[in-house]
Amino acid sequence: MKVVYADNNATTKVAPEVLEEMLPFFSEYYGNPSSMHIFGGQVAKKIDKARQQVADIIGARPEEILFTSCGTESDNTAILGILRANPGKRHIVTSRVEHPAVYNLCTYLAQNGYHVTELGVDRNGMLNVDELSESVREDTAIVSIMHANNETGVIFPIEEIAGIVKQKGTFLHTDAVQAVGKIPINLAESAIDLLTLSGHKLHAPKGVGALYIRKGTSIAPFIIGGHQEKNRRGGTENVPSIIGLGKACELAKKFMAEEQTRVKQLRDRLESEIVAKAPDAIINGYKSPRLPNTTNISFEYVEGEAILLLLNEKGICASSGSACTSGSLEPSHVLRAMGVPFTAVHGSIRLSLSRYTTTDDVEYMIEHLPPVVRRLREISPYNRDSKFQGHISAGYI
Amino acid sequence: MWDYSEKVKDHFLNPRNVGDMENPDAVGEVGSLACGDALKLMLKIDAGDVISDVKFKTFGCGSAIASASALTEMIKGKTIAEAEKVADSDIAEYLDGLPEQKMHCSVMGREALEAAIANYRGIKLEKAVDEGTIVCKCFGVTDNKIAHEVREHKLTTIEQVTNYCKAGGGCQSCHPQIQAIIDEIWHKEKEKEIIKKAQKPVKKLTNIQKMKLVQETIERDIRPALLADGGDIELIDIDGDRVMVSFRGSCSSCPSSGVTLKSTVEAKLREFVTDTLIVEEVLS
Repeated sequence: MKVVYADNNATTKVAPEVLEEMLPFFSEYYGNPSSMHIFGGQVAKKIDKARQQVADIIGARPEEILFTSCGTESDNTAILGILRANPGKRHIVTSRVEHPAVYNLCTYLAQNGYHVTELGVDRNGMLNVDELSESVREDTAIVSIMHANNETGVIFPIEEIAGIVKQKGTFLHTDAVQAVGKIPINLAESAIDLLTLSGHKLHAPKGVGALYIRKGTSIAPFIIGGHQEKNRRGGTENVPSIIGLGKACELAKKFMAEEQTRVKQLRDRLESEIVAKAPDAIINGYKSPRLPNTTNISFEYVEGEAILLLLNEKGICASSGSACTSGSLEPSHVLRAMGVPFTAVHGSIRLSLSRYTTTDDVEYMIEHLPPVVRRLREISPYNRDSKFQGHISAGYI
Repeated sequence: MWDYSEKVKDHFLNPRNVGDMENPDAVGEVGSLACGDALKLMLKIDAGDVISDVKFKTFGCGSAIASASALTEMIKGKTIAEAEKVADSDIAEYLDGLPEQKMHCSVMGREALEAAIANYRGIKLEKAVDEGTIVCKCFGVTDNKIAHEVREHKLTTIEQVTNYCKAGGGCQSCHPQIQAIIDEIWHKEKEKEIIKKAQKPVKKLTNIQKMKLVQETIERDIRPALLADGGDIELIDIDGDRVMVSFRGSCSSCPSSGVTLKSTVEAKLREFVTDTLIVEEVLS
């Protein structure tokens, strides 16, 4: 069956060039980079190269890159590392739309003696920078604000935020898992102190990530053990994946311009055609700056899981902010924080493209998604004229 | 990815009896857009109280649509009295089971049916469960409704309550209240039991009485705890004071099931049946 993969914010295909680069490190160059012999030592040199490649995509220095096992570990390392290094400060500022890796960690910290300020967002998914500025206190240990949102693709003005946080004299961590490789980032000219990135969102394998730690930032290790990563993370390096992450960053840098042009054009065509063919839809975050690959559309009167199941029948892979897809009954905390009405949250679908998405893929989705929505609307007891219309905000922006 | 049965998939992809009905004799509507699922059930009922035609419209996930479709097939051609007996568990069974988190879909089916029958009889549906105090503000679920589901399905955890009636599935701020309802119900049941026991003259149980009491105790005081950990227990045989059981699910491979056997199963049975019981594990 034809498969159209439009769930690249969930995970991406490993690029063939990345896989090729990794393969020798499984059974040929399998030495331990910490070993004294050249067999292992040559692997350490390859890790250095990967570190340089990762540093290059975000304008950092190689010694500022710490390899981790995933984005979640990077987020935990950043936040807990700063808190442990600054035991006198017990206040954290974050947003209501963070990924669970940050959101749930902050909830946990709030239950364990820390004070957490959660900043809201407006109807367009945008943060109020003045509110952020006011929320930073004397005892604020860290501000953790994502760069781009995984569900809506909304991009926060992270450089402006970094400037404010620096002025206030505290640390800024940003979860840039969705941003790295899709939009330019230059940490050499930035006030960001810590930045999380993840391999599998940019065509490297799952199970590898990195944390940028600005030179001169004191941080306690999260995983305590050996001397690896300059005593900042114990544990033998995941060599093949680190090599893969390096190559993936090199490729992503090369393809960055294409993300801004070809991928963005595909996304724009996709969302405008779908909304034209299946009206009574809202593009969430439409008025804010967004990632070039992401669209999040709420269809009124239908439920997201049902849309996904019917799309699945057509080989289209997407995701939804609907409660029914998550295993809990709580629909997307991001869309709720934006004030998207419950009625529209339940029928929300995220389509996220990549450099491997073709024009054919997009045309296929334009052909098959609107009939799926129509079919479900036909069996729905609600419609534009139903008596429940009162609390539905109809039309799209 | 939900693990739906073939039957659920079939009813979702090819829903039976979907659509509108002109001049229905009875209509039952439950749910709302805000809740994430809603069902409108329409019935044609002939002179002999037989449901001659059924139509439905659903807003909801795959299993909500499948549950509604299944319900219409189950009640078509039945009398009102027969249809009234359809329980939510029957709907789930008809579909070869639903994922635990989706049980509320079958509950919605049964509720729409109840509403339609009440509508037919011309009575305003004033179910006790809709009265009472709202506990879960996110989904508008009352304390009476929660208590009803807890009793009907022998629910012992907040998660189970959420699966059956959605209460507690939103902001979670009502979790302490839900726990209190669960505790109160099972505490009361236990008290009743203790009072009953205290009133009972101490006399030797007959074999029938003993078997019944063992079964009841396993269902009420032992299985829920094991189910919560992904395990289960089955009563195999009773011979005098020897009770033979077999562990299922994660218990069967659990290294500490021996401890569970003595500390939980035997202790509970001795507490509620008779203190001379000996519990043994048998392989089946």
